[in-house]
Amino acid sequence: MPHEDTAPILSVRDLTVEFVTRRGTLRALDRISFDVARGEVLGVVGESGAGKSVTGSAIIGLIDPPGRIAGGEVRLAGERIDNLPPEAMRKVRGKRIGMIFQDPLTSLNPLYRISEQLIETIRVHTDLDAAQARARAIALLDEVGIPAPEKRIDSYPHEFSGGMRQRVVIALALCAEPEFIIADEPTTALDVSVQAQIIALIKSLCRERGTSVMLVTHDMGVIAETADRVAVMYAGRIAEIGPVRDVVKEPLHPYAKGLMGAIPSLEGETPRLVQIPGSMPRLSAIPQGCAFNPRCSQVYARCHVERPELIAVGSRKVACHLYDTRSKSGVAA
Amino acid sequence: MTVASTPPNPPGRLARIWDSDIAWSFRSSPVTVVATVLALLLVAAAVAAPLIAPYDPFDPASLDLSDGFSRPMVPNEITGKVFWLGSDSQGRDIFSAILYGSRVSLLVGAASVLFSLVIGVGLGLVAGYVGGRTEALIMRVADVQLSFPAILVALLVFGVARGLIPPAQQEQMTLLVLVVAIGLSNWAQYARTVRGSTLVEKNKVYVDAARLIGLRAWPVMLKHVLPNVAGPVLVIATINLALAVIEEATLSFLGVGMPPTQPSLGTLIRFGQQYLFSGEWWILLFPSLVLVLLALSINLFGDWLRDALNPKLR
Amino acid sequence: MLAYILRSLMQGIVVMLAVAFIAFSMFRFVGDPVVNMLGQEATLQDRAELTERLGLNDPVPLQFARFVADAAQGDFGISYRQGRKVSSLILERLPATVELAVLSAIFAFVTGIALGVYAAIRRDGWIANLVMALSLIGVSLPTFLIGIGLIYIFAVELRWLPSFGRGDTVAVGWWTTGLLTTSGLKSLVMPVLTLGFLQLTLIMRLVRSEMLEVMRADFIRFARARGIPERRIEFRHALRNTLIPVITIAGVQLGGVIAFAIVTETVFQWPGLGALFVNAVQFVDVPVMSAYLLFVAFVFVLTSLLVDLVYVALDPRLRSGNPAMAK
Repeated sequence: MPHEDTAPILSVRDLTVEFVTRRGTLRALDRISFDVARGEVLGVVGESGAGKSVTGSAIIGLIDPPGRIAGGEVRLAGERIDNLPPEAMRKVRGKRIGMIFQDPLTSLNPLYRISEQLIETIRVHTDLDAAQARARAIALLDEVGIPAPEKRIDSYPHEFSGGMRQRVVIALALCAEPEFIIADEPTTALDVSVQAQIIALIKSLCRERGTSVMLVTHDMGVIAETADRVAVMYAGRIAEIGPVRDVVKEPLHPYAKGLMGAIPSLEGETPRLVQIPGSMPRLSAIPQGCAFNPRCSQVYARCHVERPELIAVGSRKVACHLYDTRSKSGVAA
Repeated sequence: MTVASTPPNPPGRLARIWDSDIAWSFRSSPVTVVATVLALLLVAAAVAAPLIAPYDPFDPASLDLSDGFSRPMVPNEITGKVFWLGSDSQGRDIFSAILYGSRVSLLVGAASVLFSLVIGVGLGLVAGYVGGRTEALIMRVADVQLSFPAILVALLVFGVARGLIPPAQQEQMTLLVLVVAIGLSNWAQYARTVRGSTLVEKNKVYVDAARLIGLRAWPVMLKHVLPNVAGPVLVIATINLALAVIEEATLSFLGVGMPPTQPSLGTLIRFGQQYLFSGEWWILLFPSLVLVLLALSINLFGDWLRDALNPKLR
Repeated sequence: MLAYILRSLMQGIVVMLAVAFIAFSMFRFVGDPVVNMLGQEATLQDRAELTERLGLNDPVPLQFARFVADAAQGDFGISYRQGRKVSSLILERLPATVELAVLSAIFAFVTGIALGVYAAIRRDGWIANLVMALSLIGVSLPTFLIGIGLIYIFAVELRWLPSFGRGDTVAVGWWTTGLLTTSGLKSLVMPVLTLGFLQLTLIMRLVRSEMLEVMRADFIRFARARGIPERRIEFRHALRNTLIPVITIAGVQLGGVIAFAIVTETVFQWPGLGALFVNAVQFVDVPVMSAYLLFVAFVFVLTSLLVDLVYVALDPRLRSGNPAMAK
């Protein structure tokens, strides 16, 4: 099953999402670009409102009006999908890109049995008949760790606990063996005790299948454990993207530094948690130049006028003028 | 307040109101603007009826039977008088009758809305604040009342009042009876809304805090509850005004409302219905049209108001 | 589940008793029943006799108990005005009202749901907007004016349909039906449209707003993310979830059909219970008013019981009495 292809499974270029309101147009995503390699887990972190979830919705084509994709492109295995007609895009959803939402309580239709929802999804995307689809649904439930799946399959969502429901949601996302999965805060609504199980489950299932994952979360701990690479988002832009180990150990972008400083460490190396002063700007009040400039301790004149583009620094990319070798002030420590 | 004492607000008070979200949503809905203007015109005409009406339709001395059944805008064959909207069998001017009729309709409507508002808000506050059995009783009655159609409740109240009031006084009491009957059939919605809001406020810390420093909790809570419920109550009241006007018209149409000596729009329609088959269409059409326009314009305004105060419903 | 049904049954009984108390108070305290029955000229002895016979000297709670017992057996006393047993007056007129109300309810429900779903799915289409605008006009149109308008168009101008009455009826046992003759069916058309119209607009608006609400739910988004076709999402996932609250509210509203029948029956001179009631109110015929009140309350309790049962059938969360949670 693993593809030998080295081309990225997902490629996002200059993706821009805007919401038109009567007070003007708000930019929820501002020219973001990144790739996800085959079999890779990309973590996406940032504060709420940074554009993490909007990125997921934009990729799968589920931005609700008044929002719209205002520019850029999204390619799945090299094929452009952001401008597909609705019916073609529907066939991509579920079949080639799966999605897992935050709250398993509200993700499932309370009035239908698990079996009905699973079989429906399987039959929409495959040629299996009802009996085959049911067998496949049972196998999927078994895979996601539902005990006695042949019995539980005919239960209603309310008859499952939160963690079990999220397993059902994962099974639903995997129905048609998609190549790419977007997990939007998959553990936020769960008890702390089951969060690790769910993350481990997603990771192992995707590894077995060679499926790529975009894991959206605000939990740096989850990212550090699970992801291969991480993208740090701020005010609708990517601040830094690179291998997890590097970004966590030695973040480059001042915002990422602040974010990593806020992770409590068991070893007690950092005696105090670092706090970033101020808060993320509202979409209607993003400053000119670098969006982080009002909160940055190393801000200088250029940050107020010119927006920093992503520039390669070693294994990663960072959007900060401090690392622009052409810049007069040079590289800061 | 004089102009000079106004604090120097850079945008100015009116400008700020003009620029507010609510004013914007009002301006951007032409239907609402038209409906509001129409409603205001109809209300103004009703209030100013004695000034506008060309005839006094209830002065028997001014009525001339030979003016009877004049067609709209056409001079009467015998007397040569012109009635804009025609005249009825007694030579009564329909236009004037409509003006006075909408006056009665709106008076009953507004008074009954006020009546149910006072009862509903009062009971809702008591239910939410006192709780326990009182609350259970009030809300139970409200449930039953809400599931019973208003018109039925109003008819029953009307019937009971008829049985209790001596026949000689019935005619002059009718207006009051109608207000009570319609008012009693519409209070439950206010009570529900206000109770919900009161329950929310009751559990907030400041109520406890007020009690701790020895203040009576009641007045403190009122100060917080009332502004919170003002919006929903206003919406309910607006929509209920249209309902009350229709309800009154229905009762009068059924013959248990305003008497012929003091007709409302419903009473006028009841008269007009007799001429449905004989061709004097204007006696029926014009009062009906005014009734529908009145109810529709108030409803449109209420509908907009509900959406404007509840953006999430859009 | 059984507990749930028992509870709604109990609630129904409590409501019936409360309404019975109101009806009883009306009968006992609005006017003097003895004077009403015998007239002003009766002798003191006659009065005393009737007072004793009606048990009006007994303690009030005992009188109320007797009233409830009689009513439960269908005995509502004698009409002041017509001098006949109220129960036979009601039985005579019941078929006319029931046929009218049931047909109107079906008409309102089916059309209301269909239009509401359409208006929600095509929320920005011009037909949907037109339907919504018309519905607001519908809410502002008093029932009696709709009736008059229909009479003018179909009876006065076009002469297609009769303007009043039930037409020819056929007796089936004690029941008389207008459903088996052409003139009976023709006579039903306008009253049914008139009576159903207001409920139709209310149900339609309710369905639309509930459906729009449901379409914003997370599980709809998740269904979209799974690539379920939009049609299927609308009619399978959204519709059923929409109907649960709609049935609760609409069920109660349909009870209102009975009450609005009062107006429709007056406009079309329909020989039903509503017309009987309006007459009773005009002449303060208290036994008829009490009986009608009890009848309407009974219909309400019955509909809400039915609604509860449908609710249980539709919502699995209520069906599983013991929430067997997964371990």
